[in-house]
Amino acid sequence: MADFDVPELNEYPIVPKLREGAMAHSAPFVAAGKFQGPLGFPGELPDNWKDVAIDKMGELLGKYRSLQVFLDICVHCGACTDKCHYYLGTSDPKNMPVARQDLLRKVYRRYFTFAGKYFPKLVGAVDLTEDVLDEWYTYFHQCSQCRRCSVFCPYGIDTAEISMAAREILDSVGKGQKYCNEILGKVFVIGNNLGLPEPALKNTLEGLEEDIEEETGVKVRLPLDEKGVDILLVTPSADFFAEPHVDGLMGYAKVFHAAGVSWTLSSYASEAGNFGMFIGSYENMRRAAMRIREAAIDLGVKRIVFGECGHAWRIAYSFLDTLIGPFDFLDQNYPIPQHICEFTNNLLKEGKLRMNKAENDHMKLTFHDSCNVARGAGMGQVEGGQFTIPRDLIRASCNYFYDMDQDTILDATFCCGGGGGLLTDDIIELRVKGAQPRMEALKKVTEEHGVTNLAAICAICKSQFAKTLPYYGFTMDQIVSVHQLVSNAIVLKGSEQEAELDGSAEQQGEAETA
Amino acid sequence: MAIDVNGKSLEVDEEGYLADLNQWEPDVATIMAKADGSDLSDAHWEVINFLREYYEEYQIAPAVRVLTKAIGKKLGKDKGNSKYLYELFPYGPAKQACKYAGLPKPTGCV
Repeated sequence: MADFDVPELNEYPIVPKLREGAMAHSAPFVAAGKFQGPLGFPGELPDNWKDVAIDKMGELLGKYRSLQVFLDICVHCGACTDKCHYYLGTSDPKNMPVARQDLLRKVYRRYFTFAGKYFPKLVGAVDLTEDVLDEWYTYFHQCSQCRRCSVFCPYGIDTAEISMAAREILDSVGKGQKYCNEILGKVFVIGNNLGLPEPALKNTLEGLEEDIEEETGVKVRLPLDEKGVDILLVTPSADFFAEPHVDGLMGYAKVFHAAGVSWTLSSYASEAGNFGMFIGSYENMRRAAMRIREAAIDLGVKRIVFGECGHAWRIAYSFLDTLIGPFDFLDQNYPIPQHICEFTNNLLKEGKLRMNKAENDHMKLTFHDSCNVARGAGMGQVEGGQFTIPRDLIRASCNYFYDMDQDTILDATFCCGGGGGLLTDDIIELRVKGAQPRMEALKKVTEEHGVTNLAAICAICKSQFAKTLPYYGFTMDQIVSVHQLVSNAIVLKGSEQEAELDGSAEQQGEAETA
Repeated sequence: MAIDVNGKSLEVDEEGYLADLNQWEPDVATIMAKADGSDLSDAHWEVINFLREYYEEYQIAPAVRVLTKAIGKKLGKDKGNSKYLYELFPYGPAKQACKYAGLPKPTGCV
């Protein structure tokens, strides 16, 4: 199946022996000039590239004080070394977070510190050369910016920020990554990562309406570009396109229907994801996010709700107001913005949704905390809501739920292996190897509790698992959307499911809530 | 990069997708499949032809669910699912079949 060795899954996690240069060959395709230009980046290495790169680093150090602090304060204690899923899966020592940071740090020292300017050898400072640039490209595209290492760093150094800075410097000298930059270009022209134009989106949504009616007997709408409704739903375009994402989208639609609220999708802002964050480009991130603000104003909505997308939620929860605020035109009585999981959970708590958990009895579930939700955001109005709310939804929809090992969930969760702009087939070896720690934890719950399925609330995680599960002896359909479980269990008024339940209410074994 | 089809050299990108959709002809699919070690059956062609028709109308490959539904309608319900499509195109209907059909690769979180 693979032309590389798939890591073994062990009974308990084993820190691998170092294999120097084990992943030195792994780098994603470089973006051609046509993908660089629209983002404001040069198409190839300029003659004065070294000055441009050092100037860019200086600019970023001035703009983001955190970056300078992170580059200054590391004491090489080693607490992070065995925390990165890419190190655990590849054994390459440069995938230890401290080593990855040092790739940038050694150049920072050479040009921005007294000791590095005058005594470079004493402090491990090096000149910026094309080889160094290539090494940055290789290893800063082996970091999914998941921030697991930062949880264990006694100083809280965030490798994700260092990796974002490195990618921005690379972009400034024409060494952008094809996958991310091509996608951002599509967002600016068409409105979403897929390049799905409005007529195709409309056609797809109509098809989904038919499917829900066929399944339930109820006309549930998936409205597009409807003005004057209450809620704008912004969701990753993968929700329109891929499986199991689309099953989650149908779940959101059923929840909105059951809640009796008016809502719409937007063809202009048909993407929650924002790859501007992955490449560290504030300008491009802002430009992509601005479409959401413009759509919300144009459609005259009162609320914005985000669908299941990990990094979109980090951006939405942590910096949407700074990025594209103020949101004085929205209804201030609701969270701005709100996560679909919180929206659904509130309805459950208020007893407004009828659930038949038995519909999911063919599955035993576990939950994969997505890194950007777990470590980059909160959810709801309670601390740790990003952990409890999705689990509450699963428990309200399913009879069987088992968490994976504590060291691999909540804020210690392992990345799926495809986050941070690395969900591209040209680095499939890295993706498969980076999934090892999560697969190991999954295997354990399948053996101990008979878990059959893994639920997630991030489009990248879902696609990454669909692709990598088979490498580890699982099947691609073992990954499910959280709102897919909601969708299976929800009993809509006037539906065939309702008739069936109420017709046989006296039968035992029907587990219901609300 | 380029592939050789009936004496013509057709440009493809790093991942082997045709650079110019208009240069597609049925032998493009046959030759790409051969390179992957498989021969195209009528079942493969049903999918490839549908992809091309859909692209012609919507300028994008169909969503997986749109594709499975269409195939299910044409070939029977037992074939209207992604399992069947993955049996035909092990690297994924959206990606491998699009490549054979001369369509650009679907991008994003898919």
